Amino acid sequence: MTAAADTDIRAVASVRRAGSTPALVGAASIWLSVIVLLPLAAIVVQSGKGGWSAFRTAVTSGAALESFRVTLLAAVGVTVVNAFFGLLVAWVLTRDQFVGKRVIDAVIDLPFALPTIVASLVMLALYGPGSPVKLHLQHTKWGIGVALLFVTLPFVVRTVQPVLLELDRETEEAAASLGATNSVIFTRVVLPALLPALLTGAGLAFSRAIGEFGSVVLIGGAIPGETEVSSQWIRTLIENDDRTGAAAISIVLLAVSFVVLFVLRVVGSRAAKREEQQE
Amino acid sequence: MTLSPLARFLTRYLALAYVLVLVIVPVGLILLRTFTPGVGAFFASISTPAAISALQLSLLVVAIVVPLNVAFGVPTALLLARKRFRGKSILQAVVDLPFAVSPVVVGVALILLWGSAGILGFVENDFGFKIIFGLPGIVLASIFVTVPFVIREVEPVLHELGTDQEQAAATLGATWWQTFWRITLPSIRWGLTYGVVLTVARTLGEYGAVLMVSSNLPGTSQTLTLLVSDRYSRGAEYGAYALSTLLMMVAVLVLVAQAVLESRRGRAREE
Amino acid sequence: MSAKFTASPRRWRTAATIAVTASVLAACGGGASDVAGSGDGKADTTLTLVAYAVPEPGWSKIVPAFAETPEGKGVAVTTSYGASGDQSRAVVDGKPADIVNFSVEPDVTRLVKAGKVSPEWNTDATVGIPFGSVVSLVVRKGNPKNIKDWDDLLAPGVEVVTPSPLSSGSAKWNLLAPYASKSNGGQNQQAGLDFVTALVNDHVKTRPGSGREATDVFLQGSGDVLISYENEAINIERMGAEKGDVAVEHVNPPQTFKIENPVAVVTASSHLDKAIALKNFLYTPQGQKIWAQAGFRPVDPAVAADFAKDFPAPQKLWTIADLGGWGAVDTALFDKDNGSITTIYKKATG
Repeated sequence: MTAAADTDIRAVASVRRAGSTPALVGAASIWLSVIVLLPLAAIVVQSGKGGWSAFRTAVTSGAALESFRVTLLAAVGVTVVNAFFGLLVAWVLTRDQFVGKRVIDAVIDLPFALPTIVASLVMLALYGPGSPVKLHLQHTKWGIGVALLFVTLPFVVRTVQPVLLELDRETEEAAASLGATNSVIFTRVVLPALLPALLTGAGLAFSRAIGEFGSVVLIGGAIPGETEVSSQWIRTLIENDDRTGAAAISIVLLAVSFVVLFVLRVVGSRAAKREEQQE
Repeated sequence: MTLSPLARFLTRYLALAYVLVLVIVPVGLILLRTFTPGVGAFFASISTPAAISALQLSLLVVAIVVPLNVAFGVPTALLLARKRFRGKSILQAVVDLPFAVSPVVVGVALILLWGSAGILGFVENDFGFKIIFGLPGIVLASIFVTVPFVIREVEPVLHELGTDQEQAAATLGATWWQTFWRITLPSIRWGLTYGVVLTVARTLGEYGAVLMVSSNLPGTSQTLTLLVSDRYSRGAEYGAYALSTLLMMVAVLVLVAQAVLESRRGRAREE
Repeated sequence: MSAKFTASPRRWRTAATIAVTASVLAACGGGASDVAGSGDGKADTTLTLVAYAVPEPGWSKIVPAFAETPEGKGVAVTTSYGASGDQSRAVVDGKPADIVNFSVEPDVTRLVKAGKVSPEWNTDATVGIPFGSVVSLVVRKGNPKNIKDWDDLLAPGVEVVTPSPLSSGSAKWNLLAPYASKSNGGQNQQAGLDFVTALVNDHVKTRPGSGREATDVFLQGSGDVLISYENEAINIERMGAEKGDVAVEHVNPPQTFKIENPVAVVTASSHLDKAIALKNFLYTPQGQKIWAQAGFRPVDPAVAADFAKDFPAPQKLWTIADLGGWGAVDTALFDKDNGSITTIYKKATG
């Protein structure tokens, strides 16, 4: 063997030793298991105690169903509104030029960086009892809606913005030169290209909205059937020592979250594939 | 597509109005309410013994969570970016899992696992080591929600950079530690810092999960967010606003840091 | 690039400044007090009090008064207020506590069963009860719906605010009062339960977790009547008077229930002697006077006589003894799964 080959073999061996795959996989798995998987497994185990009937009772109880209704209604409504406005804001931030654009761009991330309880206070300042514009939304569904709009705004904006930036303007210009109106260009060219990102952002927003607790806890008031969201009902259950019930409702929330994210990812990747094929 | 002047006007001002009404006005109102009684009142309110204890606790949690996330997150990112192995997509999914979990569910999960009546309750009952109602509970809850940040910010950087430099160093006879410390780490420094900044922000701001696993005793086990909530429910509204403003300033610092790091990352990518 | 990372002096300087600031902050005095300007919270002993939701007006005066006595010198008290049932369960699960003050006796019995409180906690002359109250009805200023008695709560369109008996001690007192009145002290159980069923099914729309949360919900505009402790009603009126806006008044129904709130010392406390001293202070004439001034009915007959005009005697005052004691009542009416009243409540509110 030549000296160079020897060095190469040693080099390859040292790199392999450095990041030896099985060791890394083992370390990462243990870390993620202890921190993430084990606690979630505890929920699954607890929800099974008492069998299927206990699970069903907990999940179909009056308060549980009411809380699901309130949560889903609020989450869907907020996702739709923020999908529209998020797209609008992302559009304006990438395609428009005006004084203070940088500031607005930075402000968008504020709801993401703010603690949820502070977001709740922020909303309460404007829409609570001391409201300067006499808008009293505390204890109403609208109050919850406004708080959720606040915390989910960044998701859609930040997923759509980079895609919008990278968008190839040539197709749009070609369509325009062929005589297409702006609305046709938007619906036939721009929107399909943005759809995967829009859906991803909407999915993240929805997922955040159904689990949200801190920002709705002060403005909502937890009125059963009106403003009590599932996360608050879960908290009541665990404090009343109904551990199986709390675990059961948690499983439902997790399942809804995963299913929505999964479905949106599938739809999004299919839309992306269609886009690629058309090019 | 070029919009007519009217369409541009409408889209621009509709978007601005939305952001103004939803974000800027409420935040501005809090600032107004905090500073109307004067800056002195603000400082007095954020320096009560309970507030200082809360700050100390929050910083202590950050000081534990960040190194752990870096120590375990960077190797995990290396693994996901560089290696192929069976179950890689499962690992990817697990890393993203915390994003889909409600903070209350995090609290419930930890109580069901580590509580005195929980699956691993023997840790508290037999060894006297309190996790729920103790500092470890708050730390575990904070790590749960911040696991994705470092990994997700470092992985794409590693992916983009490739292994050329590291292989070159290996052929020159460097040990794996030298390669890691001198080549890999500096190359990911901006992504890593970005992930750390996000981790710090999220840890300081965590409320729902910590509310459930902490004993919430002023001066001992209240984080900053728990104290805000405590002050509001006691009727000490000004105190809640003042502390919220402090947390908002931290959030603004985080945004500034993010913007700076973005531009550094962009520049580093061009190099 | 690597040299820049490891050797840059500016980076080490920034890291050093952050570390120094952090350690300075860490050394700064913290403490339990949340009052501006109260300085360094250094005390020789810090006791932890875990209490139910509403006794803060009393404890906030008791603690400094105790600290001025020779037995209480250098003692600070960290306080935690919350729904009585939830707090009791939390202490069983490991929440730190040296002394507990719950709304109802079963919440202390739970601690006895868990070995945290001595079974002899209420066997001395004090019976473990340093103060109490009566069940009262809080209405909007001017009493627009003309609520005077329990039957008025069943008038159509009247919305009643009362907490959940699954978490709150206040809730139990609130439902025992009409139950005892309508069932004539438990003799006609069905009549009592029928009233509670009608009340909870048709007139209770919210589910606050504690007495204090019920107060907040009521003050924020929900409901026409709040069933609560007389001491909480007095507290709301006093706070309103301070702000110059008293929006409520309270009415004691002719037949109501005697509320007795227990205090017990946790045996595993590391400051057992100080905790016992604090508990004993509650029964001294000075301590009793402080509770009376805060709106709580004292148990010391001499002090009670002094404050008689603040605490009017109702026509008929039912007590837990009339119903057979907490042991029987808590199991029959409030058991988590089978209690009659709990079942009614769960069916109505989910």
